Amino acid sequence: MKARVRLFAILREKVGASELTIVLPEHSTVADLMKEMAHQYPALLDGIAHTMVAVNTEYVQQSQLLHDGDEVALIPPVSGGAPDIQTGDTI
Amino acid sequence: MILLTRKPLDPDAITATVHGDANGGIVTFLGATRNETAGRRVLYLEYEAYEDMAEKILARIAQEIKERWGITDVSIAHRFGRLEIGEVSLVVAVASPHRAEAFAACQYVVDRIKQDVPIWKKEFFENGEVWVGMEGHPRPLSVPR
Repeated sequence: MKARVRLFAILREKVGASELTIVLPEHSTVADLMKEMAHQYPALLDGIAHTMVAVNTEYVQQSQLLHDGDEVALIPPVSGGAPDIQTGDTI
Repeated sequence: MILLTRKPLDPDAITATVHGDANGGIVTFLGATRNETAGRRVLYLEYEAYEDMAEKILARIAQEIKERWGITDVSIAHRFGRLEIGEVSLVVAVASPHRAEAFAACQYVVDRIKQDVPIWKKEFFENGEVWVGMEGHPRPLSVPR
């Protein structure tokens, strides 16, 4: 099966691509995909611990089963919106 | 109204979308790009969005304030792409019959946007650049909320 993987922000820069196609055995999970991606793109290893995963635009757990044609997105920590005025945090 | 756009945001036009004869309180929050972070001068910023998913989650947040406060008049607009210092990156407009609910719901929306809406900000300094959120905010692979 093939998964279409979308990469954003720091992960996109580390890999040097915004989209990849990863071939996996049938009945693979998100965890299997992450393992395969870390193998193919060692630059991802640093960031992967901080990464959430969405399948077809919904957040999922590592145990989620993948299906052929799924759109998987690796979501590094988000930082949209506005600065926090009270604490000075930047997210 | 949910809007993700590369174009400059018009706070007045976005606020106008929540006006209604039943609404006595209208709260509009503007998020603007700031010229410094931790003492470093910021030259400009870039926002990146996973548009399909961000729109979906923003619509879900609008649904959450409907369930919690009964508010249906809400507009959320987030800009992405390159922004100069002082430009508006976020507009949240909320209207309700009374002000307390409008204030509370507007703050809730702004806080929720920072939790799990897939939008990222990169700050460009004189001698470097950084994706905001990658330092000091480790988060294991998990489902938020």
